[in-house]
Amino acid sequence: MTEKVLMKGNEAIAEAAIQAGCRFFFGYPITPQTEVAAYMARRMPKVDGLYLQAESEIAAINMVIGASAAGRRAMTSSSSPGIALKSEGLSYLAGCDLPAVIINIQRGGPGLGGIQPSQADYFHATRGAGHGDFHMIVLAPNSVQEMVDLTHAAFDLADRYRMTAMILADGILGQMMEPVSLSKPDAPDLPPKDWATTGTGGARPHNIINSLFLQPEELERTNFKRYDLYARIETHEARHEAFMLDDAEIVVAAYGACARIAKNAILAARSRGIRAGLLRPVTLWPFPKKAFAAAADTARAFVTVEMSMGQMIEDVELAIRCRRPVALCKRVGGMVPTPEEILSKIEEIAGGVR
Amino acid sequence: MHERILIAGFGGQGILFAGKFLVYANLLAGKEVSWLPSYGPEMRGGTANCSVILSDTPIGSPIVDIPDILVVMNLPSLDKFEGATAPGGRIFVDSALITRRVARADVTSVYIPATQLADANGLSGLANMVMLGKVIADCGLCRPEDLPAAMGKVVPERKRALFDKNIQALQVGAAFFG
Amino acid sequence: MQTVFERTPGLTDAILHYCPGCTHGIIHRLVAETLDELDATGRAVGIAPVGCAVMAYNYFSCDMVQAAHGRAPAVATGLKRARPDCVVFTYQGDGDLAAIGTAETVHAAARGENITVIFVNNAIYGMTGGQMAPTTIPGQVTQTSPYGRDTSVAGYPLRVCEFLATVDGVAYAERVSVDNVSHVRAAKKAIRRAFETQLAGRGFSLVEVLSTCPTNWGLDPVRALSWLRENMIPYYPLGVYKDREKDAAHGEVTGDA
Repeated sequence: MTEKVLMKGNEAIAEAAIQAGCRFFFGYPITPQTEVAAYMARRMPKVDGLYLQAESEIAAINMVIGASAAGRRAMTSSSSPGIALKSEGLSYLAGCDLPAVIINIQRGGPGLGGIQPSQADYFHATRGAGHGDFHMIVLAPNSVQEMVDLTHAAFDLADRYRMTAMILADGILGQMMEPVSLSKPDAPDLPPKDWATTGTGGARPHNIINSLFLQPEELERTNFKRYDLYARIETHEARHEAFMLDDAEIVVAAYGACARIAKNAILAARSRGIRAGLLRPVTLWPFPKKAFAAAADTARAFVTVEMSMGQMIEDVELAIRCRRPVALCKRVGGMVPTPEEILSKIEEIAGGVR
Repeated sequence: MHERILIAGFGGQGILFAGKFLVYANLLAGKEVSWLPSYGPEMRGGTANCSVILSDTPIGSPIVDIPDILVVMNLPSLDKFEGATAPGGRIFVDSALITRRVARADVTSVYIPATQLADANGLSGLANMVMLGKVIADCGLCRPEDLPAAMGKVVPERKRALFDKNIQALQVGAAFFG
Repeated sequence: MQTVFERTPGLTDAILHYCPGCTHGIIHRLVAETLDELDATGRAVGIAPVGCAVMAYNYFSCDMVQAAHGRAPAVATGLKRARPDCVVFTYQGDGDLAAIGTAETVHAAARGENITVIFVNNAIYGMTGGQMAPTTIPGQVTQTSPYGRDTSVAGYPLRVCEFLATVDGVAYAERVSVDNVSHVRAAKKAIRRAFETQLAGRGFSLVEVLSTCPTNWGLDPVRALSWLRENMIPYYPLGVYKDREKDAAHGEVTGDA
């Protein structure tokens, strides 16, 4: 185990990407993710990599498309309003079946919103990242260590499935410092990038990276095929963390920073005799449906804790087929729920279901 | 041990730096630690604060809503966070910059004229570390042997003079009895 | 049997979808021939635009990437930076390059990206059926300027070579036309010069090719060529707007052409 160092979440993501072999980063400043770009600007030249500041978030993601088309590991990062601008590119990445890693350190919205933490891009990340039918793998770290581990995972998943993997975090995780172990990931066994556009060398037919299919039959076929892949990913890649869940009557569902705050509330609830537990999705897409369905067999009620007006709650309700009541504990606009607020919600529900 | 610490003052007073140092010293001692800054425009001259948690067990929320230890280096910060401090907690006040007294009776208040002490000892700009020296000494937050190593983590080797001055500031704070 | 003429290997044998009389086919051929002559087809990667040339990926035999509307220079940037040994070009129309993709164009130029841009200017949006383009000339009738482009409402066309010549990152910018044989030959020379600029690592090169759109101009192919000569060339004068290497050799300062 390597020595633990203190790092900001944003910097940890950047270093983890470099460890994962990413040598092409295309950025544009926006609070609260700017440390990713700043770190890359410092580090990339030392590892023969490239930090390039794009003229816009749109240009940045299209540069990622170019580097990815060339068969290289590439990344861009932004925060909510900038991610919205990248939506066009996210759709093209999906349509072209290109791997890429995208970081969203969320802030409050809509519009210019604010710069404080938020989770209001859940729908964007899991449902509407751009036009057309597609998904991204969405990973939701809840510690600086997971910023590292899931960034490593994101590059491997992106390459394995030839699709975008997004790290969906928030201003708290991006800005906070925690001890982190930067052990290098094992080199995974991944398929060769024989689809990359790197020149035919006169030795093979030309590779085409393209998302245009003017024949509806063909476009339907490519969508069906892509969704067969998504089904396999849903089977194999859903991740979650369970905390005091075994005997939990009240299941708190929360991801990212909210899950950490919820842990405080759950411990407090337990000390008051309420059997509360946490089910934390680590992948938001694929959503850990099975874990939620299983929890619904024993739990009496659920409460989702979100820094949004209630977005993940829909996935919880779908996953448990509305078999149990699901309450929402929310703060928005950059406000962060406190353990006390979550505790009182748990108590309210516990009183109701007794 | 589970200490929730909030350090607050003006941008430029080294609030975030003091927190970072404290966190490093405790990381070296094998503690669980977290550090969360306020961020945004406040770092350019407004108020700045950081949440520091030091614990024997894994840390849940990194946000300090209810500090056990509040360290304030300007009046707006005392006004803002005094009421949130945990009953039985401690409030450390830079009394060179904050003229009013702590109103709460259920907390321990400590007044250190840190900015003045720093200036008098040729340590201008290091009131943050004077404050922290006192906080560490009073609350037993670090092992003394970890302090130089922790300083090495936050002050680069090439700034040796700064390293020494920061250590000296900690000592000035620790030695202060007010 | 003796072969007297054949398809250049830089093009596939796919049948072009362009309208009769459209000059895209000529320009495709000039680009492909040039890559072949420079022995660069095997390491070339082309970026196709959105617009009439969207399916260029089927016509060039080199590796191809199809980009979002206007983003080809950004995609080319990422690709060239990731694979500096590749010969990277974009093939873009006027809407793609000078309207929706202006930022990507200007900033790729400003960074001096070592790529080649083939800019096909036919003063109209072709793919969508003939709407006003950023290069539609004053008074020109299109579907969305039905009374002629009124500059008091729609403003003025952009002269891309002229403004890009002022950008330090641009190594080479020339405007050519393909309305007659001698112009076609000059266009070929310009395209070759642009790719040579990239091969020498000198930075951003662009060839603006004045092109016809008989279908949307509502003219037969021959009259379309005349219209280009009579209306476009006066507004968009042909010539080398910048050749940093030659300008330096002649001791000229950029801009005092």
